[in-house]
Amino acid sequence: MKKLSARRRHPLAAIVVLIFALAATGGLYAAFAPAKKAEADDSASIAVEAGKKLYLSGCSTCHGLDAQGSSDGPPLVGVGAAAVDFQVSTGRMPLQQPGAQAPRKPEVYTPAQIEQLSAYVASLGVGPKIPTANMYAPDGDIVNGAELFRTNCSQCHNFSGEGGALTQGKFAPPLKNVDPKHIYEAMLTGPQNMPSFPDSTMPEQQKKDIVTYVRETTHKEPNPGGLGLGRLGPVSEGLFGWIIALGLLIGCAIWIAARTPKARTK
Amino acid sequence: MSSQDKSEVPEEHLPEVPASAHVPAESDPFADPGLPAHEPRRTDIDEKAANRAERQVAFLFVISMLATIGFIWSYVGIDKDRIIDIFFFGKIGAQNAALGGTLGIALFCIGAGAIHWARTLMTDEEIVQERHEFTSDPETREYAIREFTQGASDSVIGRRPLIRRTMIGAMALVPLSGVVLLRDLGPMPGTKLRHTEWKPGKELINEATGLPIKPDDIVKGSLTMALPEGLVEKYGPAGQKEELSHGWLEKAGMSAILLVRLEPKDVKSKKELAWGHEGIVAYSKICTHVGCPIGLYEQQTHHLLCPCHQSTFDLADDGKVVFGPAARSLPQLKIHVNEAGNLAASQDFAEPVGASFWERG
Ligand code: FES
Repeated sequence: MKKLSARRRHPLAAIVVLIFALAATGGLYAAFAPAKKAEADDSASIAVEAGKKLYLSGCSTCHGLDAQGSSDGPPLVGVGAAAVDFQVSTGRMPLQQPGAQAPRKPEVYTPAQIEQLSAYVASLGVGPKIPTANMYAPDGDIVNGAELFRTNCSQCHNFSGEGGALTQGKFAPPLKNVDPKHIYEAMLTGPQNMPSFPDSTMPEQQKKDIVTYVRETTHKEPNPGGLGLGRLGPVSEGLFGWIIALGLLIGCAIWIAARTPKARTK
Repeated sequence: MSSQDKSEVPEEHLPEVPASAHVPAESDPFADPGLPAHEPRRTDIDEKAANRAERQVAFLFVISMLATIGFIWSYVGIDKDRIIDIFFFGKIGAQNAALGGTLGIALFCIGAGAIHWARTLMTDEEIVQERHEFTSDPETREYAIREFTQGASDSVIGRRPLIRRTMIGAMALVPLSGVVLLRDLGPMPGTKLRHTEWKPGKELINEATGLPIKPDDIVKGSLTMALPEGLVEKYGPAGQKEELSHGWLEKAGMSAILLVRLEPKDVKSKKELAWGHEGIVAYSKICTHVGCPIGLYEQQTHHLLCPCHQSTFDLADDGKVVFGPAARSLPQLKIHVNEAGNLAASQDFAEPVGASFWERG
């Protein structure tokens, strides 16, 4: 704050204030008219500026003032808008504390702010763009998606998207209740230790098929036996049920063998 | 059976005598204290309690009947495709849950009723049942031995060593037929375990797209699964994905590789860089422990984790094992870029892929 007030007489101060005011207006406008896309060059550059402000206050501590990265965070030049949108709108960024992996948590920024942050980071270098709604709409080919999922994703996320452990506290998160957009962005950008599946090796349509399969299995498909246990399969689930039932049976056995209560006769 | 038998119960099994009268003799400090005195239950002395117990038992049996009727009704009346959401169990098949639940209740209530009946209303007098000696009496034993020796001498086995020896020989040889049948376990693998479908010049085909791969397609941090060119056409499912042929699974299972691009400066081994192309390296996807497919690639650490027993391979260091039970590094496939600009294998794997086997030095 001291720095800020010391520089309020700087010749560029007026411009900064002006830009800030414009950005705030733009942000408010975007918040109230979400359906309308900021198409014109002006509003785009305003978003970039607003994003930069947000970036400097919220992200630069770890990712560096020019997004060149530091020992606490990777460089963001060229990660693209999709990566920012994924990380920030799933609440993974900003990071709460250093650890093996950033977990999903309630998001900190509003959708409008996330858009500005993405715009700013996208302006730093070419990277994957935020996918449009029809790219990740879950209406692709489920069968093909299932096969692609089994070859490329199931090793970490389990064949029904339940997630699983990796090394040293890292893990592949479950895919249940994940927005199709975020599934798509994760494949596109490879967040944290997840490898990416760029369009050059996994074309758009195939990513769409995978999203379709994931949504189908994790959201719609019922679990006729109940208590899926990560869909480990009937044998392991049966074993688990058997062990629990064994406890109940032991309880019954104790009841059967217990001494019958006697009447206290004098 | 109780009251008359009592007279025959040996002294030590009779109800306990008052403590003052029971002083253990010096010679036998662990004398059998015998059965405790019989104490009546509430239901034995209170007719009302007994009637209540009777009603409880009957109640359990009636519940069982109702549950059985419920079972039949669920079978007939619930649509087998109906899915309901039950707290804690999640979305489950309504009929499945109803059938299991009602049958369980029906059986449990029969058992519980019977036990409650036995514990409250059936007699609970302690009854002693005598146990008899297990050994037969001397005459029977003598008779059996006499019969046996008589049989042995009647068979002349002692006097005819030729018969005795050949019989033992015949019986010893019979199990050999079983050993010979082991041959049916299949043809010997020959050199099959040492070779995969990779041949010099075979292009790498992206498993997701079915197309050859250009070096630029593989970006840093990405993961791509690949198979040798021609494999799908030769053994593949040809559009019928359900009917995977045995050849397909066997060949694809051995030849599967994964492709990653590493920063050349991160790669510790010169040979690994030389066997790749500008940091793109290809590794077998089959774990060297017991052969699970591995693909848990952590792009920031360059570690590849096997889901089966957590062997971890460092893809930036010749696929060396950094953790877990695997004893061998992950085999790397030597690749180059061909005239068409596609990635291709320079040779087959230099060592057998997958789990170690007996004859592998
Ligand atoms: S098969 Fe990979 S660790 Fe055992």
